[in-house]
Amino acid sequence: MFGYFLTRLGMFIPTFLGVTLISFMFIRVLPGDPIIVMAGERGMTEERYQELVEKLGFDKPVLQQYWDYLTGVMQGDLGESFVTKKPVWDEFFALFPATMELSICAMIFAVALGLPAGVIAAVNRGKFFDRALMSSALVGYSMPIFWWALLLIIVFSGNLGWTPVSGRIDLLYYFPDVTGFMLIDSLLSGQEGAFKSAVRHLILPTIVLGTIPLAVIARQTRSAMLEVLGEDYIRTARAKGLSPSRINGLHALRNALIPVITVIGLSVGTLLAGAILTETIFSWPGIGKWMVDSIFRRDYPVVQGGLLMIAVIVMLVNLLVDVLYGVINPKIRRR
Amino acid sequence: MKLKLMAATAAIALSGAAAQANTLVYCSEGSPEGFDPALFTAGTTFDASSHPIYNRLLEFETGTTNVIPGLAESVEASDDGLEYTFKLRQGVKFHSNDEFTPTRDFNADDVIFSFMRQKDEGHPFNQVSGGTWEYFQGMGMPDLVESIEKVDDYTVKFKLSKPEAPFVANMAMDFASILSAEYADAMMEAGTPEKLNTAPIGTGPFSFVAYQKDAVIRYANNGDYWKAPADVDNLIFAITPDASVRYQKLKAGECHIMPYPNPADIQAMQDDADINMLEQEGLNVGYLAYNTTMEPFDNPNVRKALNMAIDKNAIIDVVFQGSGQVAKNPIPPTMWGYNDAITDDAYDPEAAKAMLEAEGVTDLSMKVWAMPVQRPYNPNARRMAELIQADFAKVGVDVEIVSYEWGEYLSRSKELNRDGAVLLGWTGDNGDPDNFLAVLLGCDGREASNRAQWCHEPFEDLILKAKQSTDQAERTKLYEEAQVVFKEQAPWATIAHSVVYMPMSNKVQGYKVHPLGGHIFYGVSVE
Repeated sequence: MFGYFLTRLGMFIPTFLGVTLISFMFIRVLPGDPIIVMAGERGMTEERYQELVEKLGFDKPVLQQYWDYLTGVMQGDLGESFVTKKPVWDEFFALFPATMELSICAMIFAVALGLPAGVIAAVNRGKFFDRALMSSALVGYSMPIFWWALLLIIVFSGNLGWTPVSGRIDLLYYFPDVTGFMLIDSLLSGQEGAFKSAVRHLILPTIVLGTIPLAVIARQTRSAMLEVLGEDYIRTARAKGLSPSRINGLHALRNALIPVITVIGLSVGTLLAGAILTETIFSWPGIGKWMVDSIFRRDYPVVQGGLLMIAVIVMLVNLLVDVLYGVINPKIRRR
Repeated sequence: MKLKLMAATAAIALSGAAAQANTLVYCSEGSPEGFDPALFTAGTTFDASSHPIYNRLLEFETGTTNVIPGLAESVEASDDGLEYTFKLRQGVKFHSNDEFTPTRDFNADDVIFSFMRQKDEGHPFNQVSGGTWEYFQGMGMPDLVESIEKVDDYTVKFKLSKPEAPFVANMAMDFASILSAEYADAMMEAGTPEKLNTAPIGTGPFSFVAYQKDAVIRYANNGDYWKAPADVDNLIFAITPDASVRYQKLKAGECHIMPYPNPADIQAMQDDADINMLEQEGLNVGYLAYNTTMEPFDNPNVRKALNMAIDKNAIIDVVFQGSGQVAKNPIPPTMWGYNDAITDDAYDPEAAKAMLEAEGVTDLSMKVWAMPVQRPYNPNARRMAELIQADFAKVGVDVEIVSYEWGEYLSRSKELNRDGAVLLGWTGDNGDPDNFLAVLLGCDGREASNRAQWCHEPFEDLILKAKQSTDQAERTKLYEEAQVVFKEQAPWATIAHSVVYMPMSNKVQGYKVHPLGGHIFYGVSVE
């Protein structure tokens, strides 16, 4: 198992280097000069332009710039934002807990509903329940996040007044960040009602962000379950007289879980991508909106650093998924 | 509820009965880049920094472009217009925070510090927070200001390299905000000079409490303010980037004021009895700039004919969805010096066609450049270009619409031999007509911000004379004449000024739409 883990970890290094190169090149091949975008309609003199080119290091050869960036990254320095003049590292860690909190809640929501929905649909294959669930999953998967979020806000926040429109907590509560996770910080603050307010603020964004993974997980669980339910050992189990819940829950689901876990792992990327829209609509102070703004402003260090950090997170999650395969399926770790 | 309020207000350290604290919540459209206004150029940043936290030597009177005394009680220009002497206000207190309590009042050292850090490359704060001082540079201050002298603790003298009347208005701009030299020294000693930008200390009506990035900014009433204190105890910016969501928050009572509504929502807001909608023309202009160095656009009659072919009212309806106003002059109507006596070229395709034929222009093909970004002065340049294309087709002119990525667009449109007419616009910085007429239409602006590449001597003489005069009445007259010359020569088709809408809860009193575009909450109360 340890050897298996090391092999997976070894693959991490070339991927990491590849990501640094791609993120570095990606923003540079986009047309648009960050200095000119920064100056806008106002423009600037040629001397001033040259001064800034030098200051930001754009006068150096691209390879030299990449090397400087890479050596910086190796020392934990992602550079400073052109716009806010603050270290990218600090900005990322100020915002990331918000994205992570929302993503974790969305994932819990998606798995908690998607897994049972998929199992129930598979067991009731072809019946009304199956069709209804799978049609809803298709709708959920196809729905534009932006539209879905606004619809929920207008109905639940605007018309019914059940949930707050946006933000992470009621503005009346004010306490310093400890962990950056609002659910935890609100509990630590000891202020009455703060935790409840944080939970209420999480409901709509969680539903919106979790909808697509929920649909994917439900459909994947259903098809994996159907495949497993047709296997010989399931028939044997039935023949032995095991109860349906034991067959479905223990024998079928455990074997159906591998493709489902793959999908869950891959959904982390989807969640981070979905976070961009969800965070913008719900004014959620996470990394999604931060990245989009920085692309528009051609804020190279933020785009590079942000992409790199997101890639590392996705890689780590996939590493974890690979390890989980080994835990679930002993055959894999012996290979 | 009481506990919540008490906790919040205790943290914000307010005076007075906690439970009675009243809070104004502004759903702002974006995050500030930082809190030191001189480092940045975005209006969103100024809303969060220079307006609540700081003062300047001179200020713009809220709701107008008039310049009034601020931290300077008076300013006097020498006869040759090369020296400006500011008499400073006494007894003005700076804010304090956990790490800093001021030991002295505002004085000349703070003025010298606030400007010299921007001007002097050897100043210890010149490079702090990556200082690029874009506005100071952009307004030509490094060359204009020769020296700044402390005459005594409460008198400062600026020496200029040439007479320039707009200097007075520049002193009221955001980059000219006054910071505490004592705080700067303390932070430098503590090894955290960047705190000038992240934990700001100013003299303004509100003191900074906390900023949670991309989420909330909190301010408290500055009880020691040198004018009457602000009417609310707390000011909160709830950062809400999406306009539809801002509207929902306003309806749900989660905020009191919001900027930049969706044009599509404006009617519903106006119909809502709980929402009070203020409106005013923005200090901007959207235009189509011909390249006046290229045939046949070097002929004023051709330009004039094309201007007559554009149906501007249709553009206001379709592109601005009503939130705009037809522009007849290159400066907006809220600005002093605006010449209202000028009549716009009437929309008349028949006459335009005849005029083009009279000039020997037939089978003309041209390019119209459409910006790839949304701006208040042009919310949809592509659509505007399409309307102009259809209008020009009616007079026999064939239009090809082109567009580039924004950075490319800005640099390519500056080129002297650029092919085609460019859609662009401008938002005023300091409320001075010079900021439009000289920057956008002066000879020095060619191959830069003068997209028409236009250099017309009679016009240039007028604006140069106006720039050097310190007599406001004379300047007004000169600018009015310059607009007459502009209209005759037609280097642009002036298209529109945006209309700024500010929806707010009807519990809010005293808010004034500021023509310079900022959002100012001093003097605003909430029931």
